[in-house]
Amino acid sequence: MEIIKTDIAIIGAGAAGLSAAIAIAETDPTLNISLISKVYPMRSHTCAAEGGAAGVSKPEDSLDKHFDDTVSGGDWLCDQDAVEWFVEQAPKELARIERWGCPWSRDEEGNVAVRPFGGMKVERTWYAADKTGFHILHTLFQTSLQYPSIQRFDEYYSTDLIVSDGRCQGVTAIEMRSGQLKAFAAKCVIIATGGAGRVFPFTTNGAIKTGDGMAMAYRAGVPLKDMEFVQYHPTGLPGTGILMTEGCRGEGGLLVNKDGYRYLQDYGLGPPDPWPRNKAMELGPRDILSQAFWHEQQKGRTIKTPHGDVIHMDMRHLGEVLINERLPFVRDLALSYLGIDMVHEPVPVRPVIHYTMGGIDTDRQARTPLDGLFAAGECACVSINGSNRLGSNSLTECLVFGREAGKSVIDRITTMSDADTTLVKQQRDKSQSEMADLFMRENTGESVSGLRREMNDTMESGAGIYRSADSLNETCATIASLRERFNAVTLEDKSNVFNTDLIQALELKSMIEVAQAMAHSARRRDESRGSHQRLDFTERDDDNFLKHTLAGYRGADAPSIDYRAVVITKSQPAKRVYGGAKS
Amino acid sequence: MSERQITLEVLRYRPESESEPVFQSYSVPCQEEWVVLDALNYIKDNLDRTLSYRWSCHMAVCGSCGMVINDNPMLSCKAFLRDLPDHIRVEPLHNFPIERDLMVELDDFMDKLKSVKPYLIPDQPVAEEDGTYRQSSAQLKKYKPFAMCINCMACYSVCPQYGLNEGFVGPAALALAHRYNVDSRDQGRRAREDVVASNTGIWECTFVGACSEVCPKNVDPAAAIQQTKIASTVDYFKDLLMPGKRDKSGNAKQAAGDGA
Amino acid sequence: MTNPPYIRPIPASWWLRQGRYVRYMIREATCLFIGLHALVLLVGVYRLSQGRDAFDAFLAALWSPAGQVMGAVIVLMAVVHSVTWFNLTPKAMPLWIGDRKVPGWIIVGGHYGGWIVVSAVVLFLAGGLS
Repeated sequence: MEIIKTDIAIIGAGAAGLSAAIAIAETDPTLNISLISKVYPMRSHTCAAEGGAAGVSKPEDSLDKHFDDTVSGGDWLCDQDAVEWFVEQAPKELARIERWGCPWSRDEEGNVAVRPFGGMKVERTWYAADKTGFHILHTLFQTSLQYPSIQRFDEYYSTDLIVSDGRCQGVTAIEMRSGQLKAFAAKCVIIATGGAGRVFPFTTNGAIKTGDGMAMAYRAGVPLKDMEFVQYHPTGLPGTGILMTEGCRGEGGLLVNKDGYRYLQDYGLGPPDPWPRNKAMELGPRDILSQAFWHEQQKGRTIKTPHGDVIHMDMRHLGEVLINERLPFVRDLALSYLGIDMVHEPVPVRPVIHYTMGGIDTDRQARTPLDGLFAAGECACVSINGSNRLGSNSLTECLVFGREAGKSVIDRITTMSDADTTLVKQQRDKSQSEMADLFMRENTGESVSGLRREMNDTMESGAGIYRSADSLNETCATIASLRERFNAVTLEDKSNVFNTDLIQALELKSMIEVAQAMAHSARRRDESRGSHQRLDFTERDDDNFLKHTLAGYRGADAPSIDYRAVVITKSQPAKRVYGGAKS
Repeated sequence: MSERQITLEVLRYRPESESEPVFQSYSVPCQEEWVVLDALNYIKDNLDRTLSYRWSCHMAVCGSCGMVINDNPMLSCKAFLRDLPDHIRVEPLHNFPIERDLMVELDDFMDKLKSVKPYLIPDQPVAEEDGTYRQSSAQLKKYKPFAMCINCMACYSVCPQYGLNEGFVGPAALALAHRYNVDSRDQGRRAREDVVASNTGIWECTFVGACSEVCPKNVDPAAAIQQTKIASTVDYFKDLLMPGKRDKSGNAKQAAGDGA
Repeated sequence: MTNPPYIRPIPASWWLRQGRYVRYMIREATCLFIGLHALVLLVGVYRLSQGRDAFDAFLAALWSPAGQVMGAVIVLMAVVHSVTWFNLTPKAMPLWIGDRKVPGWIIVGGHYGGWIVVSAVVLFLAGGLS
């Protein structure tokens, strides 16, 4: 069958997609759900999240404190109505997956334990040792197996949304095992495809995180919001980019430069207490820590290695027992991939691309401006993350907004008519002929891997931790030419069954489009805020840029850039204060 | 960063042009700190774009890249060249149909995973307004090792019973059933017994133990299966000696949960 | 034309492919010798029922060179059988004291201890130790 009729198509089966699917299946078992993913659900990148998920649980904590940490962490670019709602839902969703069996680490009374994370007043990160995302993903996936209304389409690569009459009516997808192009005729579609860290060369993100869903929505006319904000995580392993969780610092890990000096005290994060205090030193926010690394590097105080400069994360004082209980996975990773045992030696680390704050423009209820289309998780931008996401908010975000997308779909679908199957068929045939063109193209010498390398390089050199008009102009120009050259890209593999050459080509197309939105959004934001730091505009400029960037797709041309005001309810923009001075 | 020339002999199967798999050799300039997956990616990017395999996280947690490397099933992202000779043979996982090159068909496993009801089945679920269950660290420790499975399929690749007996539920799925059976929040063992304690479940296992030897996450499925056998046997005799004495859920918690 | 997914045949000699399978097959094969020993005992009981001469002939056969070789092989196999299975017991019967798992060697050691005690009792009852 080329056309698959369904009520709801969910693209992506990580934490957000599965949460949405379960929410719908629980509420209305008569609705047919097609859960479409380019990988088996348990391969989704949620599994790589380590440190934990934020939700208020301690008596000394409060929703207001979680709100404040999130909004100031995001440098006031968050929509505060959404953040208020998010922090309220957070503990409920974390408790829900506990009831579904998530093996959370426990305190002495048998309650779920919490640990401190960067930028938090009070510790509120729920964790399952240092494999929190893995356990959340498997709990969700296994729980989803009891709902017959969830029909999985594993290893289907979604290519394009089907849009007509001002509404989304489905999606086309390649069944990878046969190479056949299928079309899902759906009343509602939820995109939950994760981020796009792979547009950069050095990232914690898995190979699958290529921004497909973002690009699909973008091509369908939905703006990509705040794409200039890309988070560097301060502690990745050199060479591989493997993440050393923020939990390392939450448990007491220290960052020192080549002189053994806790340099963060020079960047407004002190005083250097012997043990990190909340919101100070090593428990500062990710953007500021990554930027501090860059400054240390400029001063020549980092350590040179064959895989670039590093600083040291020292956890020796934590002792083997605590490390084995709370951080066994990262201990093994550092030992295997670097030959460094954190029990006995400091671990070399450096900033690494980790998270895309920006994404598909959605509101508090996970709705996009396109009727019938919803989005949740890293691919979406609500925005609760503003210009810099608070560590451990993202897993919670997937659960909260995944469920919200499910609820919104149920509200909307009752009055939604069936998708127009004739139109869906037409769209499928059009996509099919585009794919055929790609197959038939004469060899021009442009290869997927070659273009991908060039894209990675220009994003790192022009749109990294620190950017400038000059560097961004160059990146914008390079990406424009890469988009042009992509039209000449040729496939070496002309077969149908699991043609990963084809899939990688389509992923590259998505990545170049997303990269273009990132570079142009960054080029136009003449200020420094959160993760977007400009060498030529070093201050935050609330007068001109306390607003969301909206990048609109304009075919082969560069994107249009518009702006929308940030929603402020109770926290007026102020200076971000970290360190012990005022907290 | 020293370079090392490695010969990778990869089993290829292109179902549109071949009726059976053949080995193809690639000579790859490798960095000493690379893993086999890095070498495969080098081939894909520089030598042969038609080679197909699964991978994603490159940090041994997504479970995509399980394959047989010099006769041992392992994660290619954690198969370090420093531990391997200059000539490396890479094959798809055994005991699964090969769909293409290093990609095998997982449908059978996905069905079996579902069949063991791998989700919490509580007698008295905690209500939403009451928050969470209580669970001590000691109770957590008893099932946690069995919750670490990444579904990489190394255990199925090395299990002769799975290869020889079509119906066998297999190590990972049975270990997962055990994971829920010994979770203090779960009372679903009876509900899982139809599949788990059947002739194609735990009783098909002859304790070869290879599954536990190759597991990259130390899940120890062999242990899980033997423990389930004991619990199931205790259940059987309890039923026989004291018919009607079992609680509704059928759980003999002393045997399953507390071990000692 | 696309061929179906390829299923690699499993040869009858699959267990020779890896050391772990060979060791497994040896472990499984030891039970044949345990069975053989049980058979010998049954024959002994049967011969006893036929009278003293028959039983003496049976004992003489056991002490013949061939009988001694068989006995030695059976004892060896019984030892292999016991050792391999005892070594697997921590997997099947994990013990917990509070939240700490009892180390495997204690469980294995307990089995060896039990083995020695039972053997001593049997030998005592059989008069071997008197």
